[in-house]
Amino acid sequence: MKHIISVLVENKFGTLNRVATMFSARGFNLSSISIGETEDPEISRMTIVTFADDQIINQVIKQLNRLIDTIKVTDLTNQPHVERELLLMTLKLSKTQQHEIFELINVFKGKVVDIKQKSITIEVIGSPDKINTTIDIFKPYGIKELARSGAVAIHRGE
Amino acid sequence: MHLSGHTLNGSEIFFECLRREHVEYIFGYPGGSLLKVYETLYEIQDIRHILVRHEQGATHMAEGYARATGKPGVVLVTSGPGATNTVTGIANAYMDSSPMVVFTGQVPSSLIGNDAFQEADIVGITRSITKHNFLVKDVKELALTIRKAFFLATTGRPGPVLIDMPKDVLNSSCAFHWPESVDIRGFKPTIKCHINQVEKAAHKIAKAKRPLLYIGGGVISAEASEELRAFAIKQNIPVTMTLQGLGAFPGNHPLSMGMLGMHGTYWSNQAVNACDVLIAVGARFDDRVTGKIDTFAPHAFKIHNDIDPTNVDKNIKVDLPIVGDAKDFLAVLLEETPNTVENREPWLAEIQSWREQCPLTYNMEDGALRTEFVIDEVSKQTAGHAVVVTDVGQHQMWTSQYYTFMNPRSIITSGGLGTMGFGLPAAIGAAFGITDRPVVLFCGDGGIMMNIQELVTAVHCKTPIKIFLINNSFLGMVRQWQELFHKEKYSFTDLADSNPDFIKVAEAFGCKALAAETPDAAKAAIKEALAYKDGPILVDFRVVKKDMVFPMVPAGGSISDMLLARLNPKTMV
Ligand SMILES: Cc1ncc(C[n+]2csc(CCOP(=O)(O)OP(=O)(O)O)c2C)c(N)n1
Ligand SMILES: [Mg+2]
Repeated sequence: MKHIISVLVENKFGTLNRVATMFSARGFNLSSISIGETEDPEISRMTIVTFADDQIINQVIKQLNRLIDTIKVTDLTNQPHVERELLLMTLKLSKTQQHEIFELINVFKGKVVDIKQKSITIEVIGSPDKINTTIDIFKPYGIKELARSGAVAIHRGE
Repeated sequence: MHLSGHTLNGSEIFFECLRREHVEYIFGYPGGSLLKVYETLYEIQDIRHILVRHEQGATHMAEGYARATGKPGVVLVTSGPGATNTVTGIANAYMDSSPMVVFTGQVPSSLIGNDAFQEADIVGITRSITKHNFLVKDVKELALTIRKAFFLATTGRPGPVLIDMPKDVLNSSCAFHWPESVDIRGFKPTIKCHINQVEKAAHKIAKAKRPLLYIGGGVISAEASEELRAFAIKQNIPVTMTLQGLGAFPGNHPLSMGMLGMHGTYWSNQAVNACDVLIAVGARFDDRVTGKIDTFAPHAFKIHNDIDPTNVDKNIKVDLPIVGDAKDFLAVLLEETPNTVENREPWLAEIQSWREQCPLTYNMEDGALRTEFVIDEVSKQTAGHAVVVTDVGQHQMWTSQYYTFMNPRSIITSGGLGTMGFGLPAAIGAAFGITDRPVVLFCGDGGIMMNIQELVTAVHCKTPIKIFLINNSFLGMVRQWQELFHKEKYSFTDLADSNPDFIKVAEAFGCKALAAETPDAAKAAIKEALAYKDGPILVDFRVVKKDMVFPMVPAGGSISDMLLARLNPKTMV
């Protein structure tokens, strides 16, 4: 089952590496990992997406807690949370399909961030599921390049 | 001297911090990145530096010292090759949860990442084999980092911590301040057990008809032997121990069952199989203990106390997990269990019958010298009170079977990593920490060669260790697996033609040496060695070549797969 885990860590050189090393050393699945500073510049928030059964996810969380540079580990999976991912994608642009492409961008609430003679770069924000669908739908139009941020997530406020 | 507030350079701060941590010994080896440190060391009297002959030796010495005393072992090595030579020793300490602080020199900060001369990314390399590690970037951080390192190494589940110190940090100066306390927000180990959980355990144990204590090294590091003894005796519960747990409960007590697992006693493994409540304390259900997980303690309600939450439910799902310190757990358990005890006599009688059914025995009739005899004899002559260090192999398993450990911190052996070459340096380190009991080493003819250079260190320091070389002319444990599971293809395990003359080797190093080929000669040699106080002494015991360690539960097997004797009697010697 998919789990989304939010980890507060010391904002220090090497912390991301410690977490990634732990995942590979223990043979845990690591689907995506993203990290950025929080409101406190000494603390970063990491969002980790991993696929694991109940026994393994228990170990994942305990092993994360065991790292000295982790401050708080929360499994958001079964708690109210918001999860978002950013997709940047460059598509081939042809006169004949131009119209359809713009239509689809609207459907996915995407934004055009750059446009050239033969290509268009768009951004789409949404749940990782929505991002998957977006990519599937655009595939037939010719994806030249894409980049995904990995999920970030946060508790819903009270 | 109060140096607080004084301006000191990095290497002066380094030693001042070690003083504050009450460090007695540093096991080290100099090099370019550490010249400033060794310059300062030249004038230092109150901390003793032991010059090793290979940095791996330093790490095992530090671990031997730590395991014998409970105090953290300290290692000091230079950058690059000095640092990479410590990797095996650090991994060993990590697997066996030994407190250790390793200081590595590093190239100057400005050169880090440039493939500078003798640069290695030791922080990156040791990330997965240390409890934590640090690169000090500013001399102002040095004191706090050292304080943190000792705190981490010794608090909660002990382990190795590494500090990488660039050359410029050691050379530059700042005002020295020793932080009186240390707080690491990401490190808050649970020491006190949850009282409700312990009460539940007490309740379950009080009603058990066939309870069994399964004791690991955590009981030793928590200094909980007294509590264990009181509790086991009060509740009349037999005690089986892991390799690292031996000595936690006195080996000659009727409730002591010796070791469990792959080469554990027959009765321990039968008892695990039949118990109704299993109380695991400071043990981690290692695969060498459990064999096949599904058939391990199949009828037992499993209680598991460990200081490290990751150990709980890792290898086996338990019924009652209790995170916390073993000393706290056993002390509270002692209070919470009733004085009137369930009748355990039928259970103890059953264990007794297993003991009689398959006792630990070996051939004493043919007059040949056997490892079992040597260990048994050392056990008798030291009355079980020596500090016993081993290397890795058959002799190690026989030590667990035939030495009667009477005290905690008395077996120092590489369990988790199984590092050949551990024994000799670890024995030297132990002997720096323990001077009122003999330190004896059982080491194979294979393993002794892996850190033989440390014999110089022992000779030079007149370290009075007894090196009992179990010379079977084979990589015996590998040979055993070849005979049992690999069609008797003795591929590269026969050392008879290549082993050196160990007596000459020892003598070349300046070490006194004896040889023994018969039981009588062995007995006399052991006596002489134990009486010898002027430095190390080596006894070359030329034991039979092809003996095997039994019982044996093959890897991943169940109790029903336990081997009690050779599969093919033809190979019997
Ligand atoms: C560094 C290292 N290399 C290889 C091994 C694999 N190994 C385990 S036991 C053993 C044989 C040890 O032989 P010896 O030291 O003579 O001891 P014996 O088993 O004969 O008592 C070997 C090679 C190991 N444990 N450690
Ligand atoms: Mg051998």
